[in-house]
Amino acid sequence: MPEIQDFHRWPDEHGRFGAYGGSYVAETLMAPLAELTEAYQRLRQDPDFLAELDSDLKYYVGRPSPIYHAERLSRHVGGARILLKREDLNHTGAHKINNTIGQALVARRMGKRRVIAETGAGQHGVASATVAARFGMQCVVYMGAVDIERQKINVYRMKLLGADVVPVTSGSRTLKDALNEAMRDWVTNVADTFYIIGTVAGPHPYPQMVRDFNAIVGREARAQMLERYGRLPDVLTACVGGGSNAIGLFHAFLNDAGVRIVGAEAAGEGIATGHHAASLAAGRPGVLHGNRTYVLCDDNGQITETHSVSAGLDYPGVGPEHAFLKDAGRAEYVGVTDDEALEAFHLLARTEGILAALESSHAVAQAMKLAREYPKDALVLCNLSGRGDKDVHTIAAREGVEV
Amino acid sequence: MNRIDRRFAALKEASRTGLIPFVTAGDPAPQGAVALMHALVAAGADVIELGVPFSDPMADGPVIQHASERAIARGVGLGDVLRWVGQFRQRDADTPVVLMGYLNPIEMHGYARFGQDAARAGVDGVLIVDCPLEESAVLEPLRVAGLRQILLAAPTTAPARMAQLCESAEGFLYYVSFAGITGAARLSTADIAARVAEVRTRAKAPVAVGFGVRDATSAKAIAGFADAVVIGSALVERLAGATEADEIATRAREFLAPIRKALDMP
Repeated sequence: MPEIQDFHRWPDEHGRFGAYGGSYVAETLMAPLAELTEAYQRLRQDPDFLAELDSDLKYYVGRPSPIYHAERLSRHVGGARILLKREDLNHTGAHKINNTIGQALVARRMGKRRVIAETGAGQHGVASATVAARFGMQCVVYMGAVDIERQKINVYRMKLLGADVVPVTSGSRTLKDALNEAMRDWVTNVADTFYIIGTVAGPHPYPQMVRDFNAIVGREARAQMLERYGRLPDVLTACVGGGSNAIGLFHAFLNDAGVRIVGAEAAGEGIATGHHAASLAAGRPGVLHGNRTYVLCDDNGQITETHSVSAGLDYPGVGPEHAFLKDAGRAEYVGVTDDEALEAFHLLARTEGILAALESSHAVAQAMKLAREYPKDALVLCNLSGRGDKDVHTIAAREGVEV
Repeated sequence: MNRIDRRFAALKEASRTGLIPFVTAGDPAPQGAVALMHALVAAGADVIELGVPFSDPMADGPVIQHASERAIARGVGLGDVLRWVGQFRQRDADTPVVLMGYLNPIEMHGYARFGQDAARAGVDGVLIVDCPLEESAVLEPLRVAGLRQILLAAPTTAPARMAQLCESAEGFLYYVSFAGITGAARLSTADIAARVAEVRTRAKAPVAVGFGVRDATSAKAIAGFADAVVIGSALVERLAGATEADEIATRAREFLAPIRKALDMP
């Protein structure tokens, strides 16, 4: 691949990030995707739309989120300064709302009165149900029957917000089956329905649109760094499942060649065990869920079951822009195990009084590793993408504690 | 001449509507796979659509998804499918076989290698559900190997795009008869008739209509305006649960026979 100077000009008009991305979908989806692409390309340059979005991000989501110097954690680690971009302080407790508020506004401008979403752990479902309530839209969330059982609190939360949660009983009865079901709904009801995808994967224009809505994280962080520290960070890190919070932080810094970028994938029980979800670190290029990207699959091309203690990272693909950044050498992607993430979770809780989401704890663990590599005056900026209240039961169960 | 083109030419000559059954390779039982293909031909199939099992069949309904899951659970992969087509060809040199599936298994096999292996086994065309025309550049080695790329068209396809599909159609153009996934039961025949008539005048290949065809009556309704009728989910559902090769073949024959008869009635 020739050396890339401007990372901000991707994707191209076909939705491709170099060799990745695109629209690998059935013919029935081509028309709705074309309609969405047309609408979104117009709206992303529409000052009225952008002003409406900014206003909701400020007064409803609570942006900007601060950058916090985790001093006691940094001292404990004994290396560079660790800075946390506090996306956990957003309304609903994670970066997910940046995207769902944006897509709901697009839906409204397109005249769609019904939104659908699929969810694994329930976070994206809650974020979708939240914005549907905010804009008075009907909301249907597809969720695997197994996940519904595992995530009762989030299911109830969605119901409180007025959403219908539809259990999916086909296949493994988890996220990917919910995704298939949501696709079916969209194809069947496309006239009045908008499909809110929760990560930077899927067919064009989703990887671009979801990235654009999350890129506020990096834009804010870049300005905050310059204002408070007078310089850019030495290294960025964020956890990568589908990769929306990571691309959100990374994007504004992609053309800053001096800023190192490291994505933390879920290495589960260790990449060597095969029980992980590290698509970039251990997968290969393939086609899944509408885009070309790195996937975890066997030699027959069957997508393999993934494992992570964190439901939000438990995905066998990854956003195509990350695949592109990996091949271009612009970002590195490394694995963080369940145990490392849990250790980081506890350490952050005790040194800083912050309960991080298990997903984000992978980023914190990676930030700690990076801090040890750098001198004391270096700056490691870590995206704390969500708060951990949702995970306390998982952690208690794993550690044999009855709550 | 490709077997698909030859078969549709013969159908046209005889003024017959083609019957294209779909089965998932290796379902309901891998040991009956080849016998099932012969049974489909004996019951009047003009083209066989053989589904390559995939773990994430996004565009299929639950019936075909479950068939895929059952086949994968029994270890069926693309290599098995090609082997079965090869075995089928030993006794049937004429019936066209189209592999229907998703891109990732072919990508992992390697496009050039797949083209060669499929052509050698006796595959005539591929219908790759998640590879629309816009992404078809990767399929060039398949074309070089002589395989037809069967394209899909839908009621939601915009006019400009439909013109492009009609222009690029080869083998046959597969018109999905309602905007949805496979196996759902909604079909306004008059609607489809008008649209398919339009497509048939412009397409550079015959037009097969599928999705939602369940029995002799619904098949016959389509026969009036299509070059061929595709039947998938209803057949797969009928075969599910059979374990012995004989029983599978019998069920297939019993299911298809009345449909063939209805199609052939003047």
